[in-house]
Amino acid sequence: MIALHDTGHWFQPSRWLFRDLSLTPTPGEITAILGPNGTGKTTLLRILCGTLAPRAGSRAGAEAIGYVPQALNADQGYSALEMVLLGRSRFLGRFQSPGRKDLARARECLAEVGLSAIAEARYDRLSGGQRQLVLLARALASDARILVLDEPASALDLANQGIVLRLLHRLSRDNHLAILFTTHHPEHALGIADKALLMFRDGTHIQGPVEAVADEANLARMYGVPVRRIAIDTEGQAGFAIVPLHQLKQAIAS
Amino acid sequence: MNQRSDIVERATVGAGRLGWAALVAVLFAGLIATLLWSIASGRYPVPLGHVLAILSARLAEVTPVWSPTELVVVEIVRLPRVLMAAVAGAGLSLSGAVLQGLFRNPLVGPQTIGASSGAALGGVTAILFFGFGVGVQAGAFLGAALALATVLAIHRSDGLSPILTLVLAGVVVSAFCGALVGLVTYVADPETKLPGIVFWLLGSFAAATWPKLGLICACTALSGAVMLGMRWRINALSLGDEDARTLGIDPVRDRLILLTATCLAISAQVAVSGTIGWVGLVIPNLARMIVGSDHRRLLPVATLMGATFLVAADTLARDLTPAEIPVGIVTAIVGTPVFAYLLRRNAAGKAR
Repeated sequence: MIALHDTGHWFQPSRWLFRDLSLTPTPGEITAILGPNGTGKTTLLRILCGTLAPRAGSRAGAEAIGYVPQALNADQGYSALEMVLLGRSRFLGRFQSPGRKDLARARECLAEVGLSAIAEARYDRLSGGQRQLVLLARALASDARILVLDEPASALDLANQGIVLRLLHRLSRDNHLAILFTTHHPEHALGIADKALLMFRDGTHIQGPVEAVADEANLARMYGVPVRRIAIDTEGQAGFAIVPLHQLKQAIAS
Repeated sequence: MNQRSDIVERATVGAGRLGWAALVAVLFAGLIATLLWSIASGRYPVPLGHVLAILSARLAEVTPVWSPTELVVVEIVRLPRVLMAAVAGAGLSLSGAVLQGLFRNPLVGPQTIGASSGAALGGVTAILFFGFGVGVQAGAFLGAALALATVLAIHRSDGLSPILTLVLAGVVVSAFCGALVGLVTYVADPETKLPGIVFWLLGSFAAATWPKLGLICACTALSGAVMLGMRWRINALSLGDEDARTLGIDPVRDRLILLTATCLAISAQVAVSGTIGWVGLVIPNLARMIVGSDHRRLLPVATLMGATFLVAADTLARDLTPAEIPVGIVTAIVGTPVFAYLLRRNAAGKAR
């Protein structure tokens, strides 16, 4: 398994984004990475994926990682299916093109995210949410045992957020994938994650079981905004609502 | 705009295996037809039946119906020239398609990225110091590789508009190479070296011979096999380095292999027929409009179309007027308006 040992990184000399950070993806476990903008969440993911060397510490393991970037740029007119097929690249030699089995696996993965209907549509004409799901299917097609996602729900509406979260939960439980994702939604972390890693502005971090770590005090300290975490148990569903107190509408004092 | 591209989309992405095979068959038949037309037509027209008879005489016993002059015209004058135009067009167009994929940039081509002018400089330098021979090919290859490396080094300082920066870097390097070519022609001995250099620089298939055809065929076949073989890799590379790495491939090494292959194909073309612009820029874009961006389809189609286009352009160049026009003028007349259109479309696409 991949593991990070005491890693640290900075882009401006001696302004550490994070230090002494150790992380080990575990099969069947979901880890949520929370933190305000600019605390190095994506940087951490890049180090985890091995595309960026950390300034301090080390990365062990050589296993394949299925990485799902944020679906920001789309400048090539590939079809959705071709995009997913690209996930098979690591099984193909330099002079090899995907074959029948690769195509079948790609269709399977596209079906898994519920997008079989748009297999032939051009990727760059899809909506942001659909692109995100196509990239998720691409990571699945790589058959990696570790799935790393950069804000997988950021471009999605509420219903699609639910689709992605349920899918991640199922992949972790049924397929025993190790899943890590960054998010700006603490309720998503509380909804499906087992563990949480909170990254603070001052370069420190804490990690542990999600319900213990993502409490009101830590969230408030992390975002710099008072936060209420409200347990909800309704219609047989339990969950948490996260309410930031932005002081938008002052209650009329009686 | 939207409606039209929707039609293109349906025609391409939706086209099945059968449609794809039919398209390749049609393009291939078109290339053969263009080759035959090119051999038959010219200042000394040879009837098509005689052309076919002369060509098939190589393979089987055929009663000679042709005159000795026709035999000379077809076998010695036209056949190597026409085949050379086809191979050069195929190599340029394929290289252009690969470069456009690697740099995610539809405005890139062998000429706009400076490789062609680098090859010209290298070739001229080789002629100056060593005379004509295999050294010209070697010099052209080195020149192309050096020019490409320089363009990439300039481009690394990633600007606001990476697509145009790359093209501008190509313009700068081309201008520099052009100046050095001017310097070489200036210092070349006007009695012995200069005429050869000037003639070589003008660029034409008129001087085609079987040995030159052999050279360009060998280089283009080798580099073409690499580029076509890596057609799926180019798809992955076109997503950018970061994505390619997470997909489990090494973008740096793969790109180096592909760039070397493009330099080989481009320099081989320049070495035997001088700089011919626009083919490698325009044809890949036309091919992309027909079959879409997937390089598994784009590369073979661009190769066939490039060959057909350059043969047709060369035939027009020698037939339109009694005195031959340089083929580069024909390709430029066709190519520049298309480039302008692409530039406009690219700008519109960015603004959207």
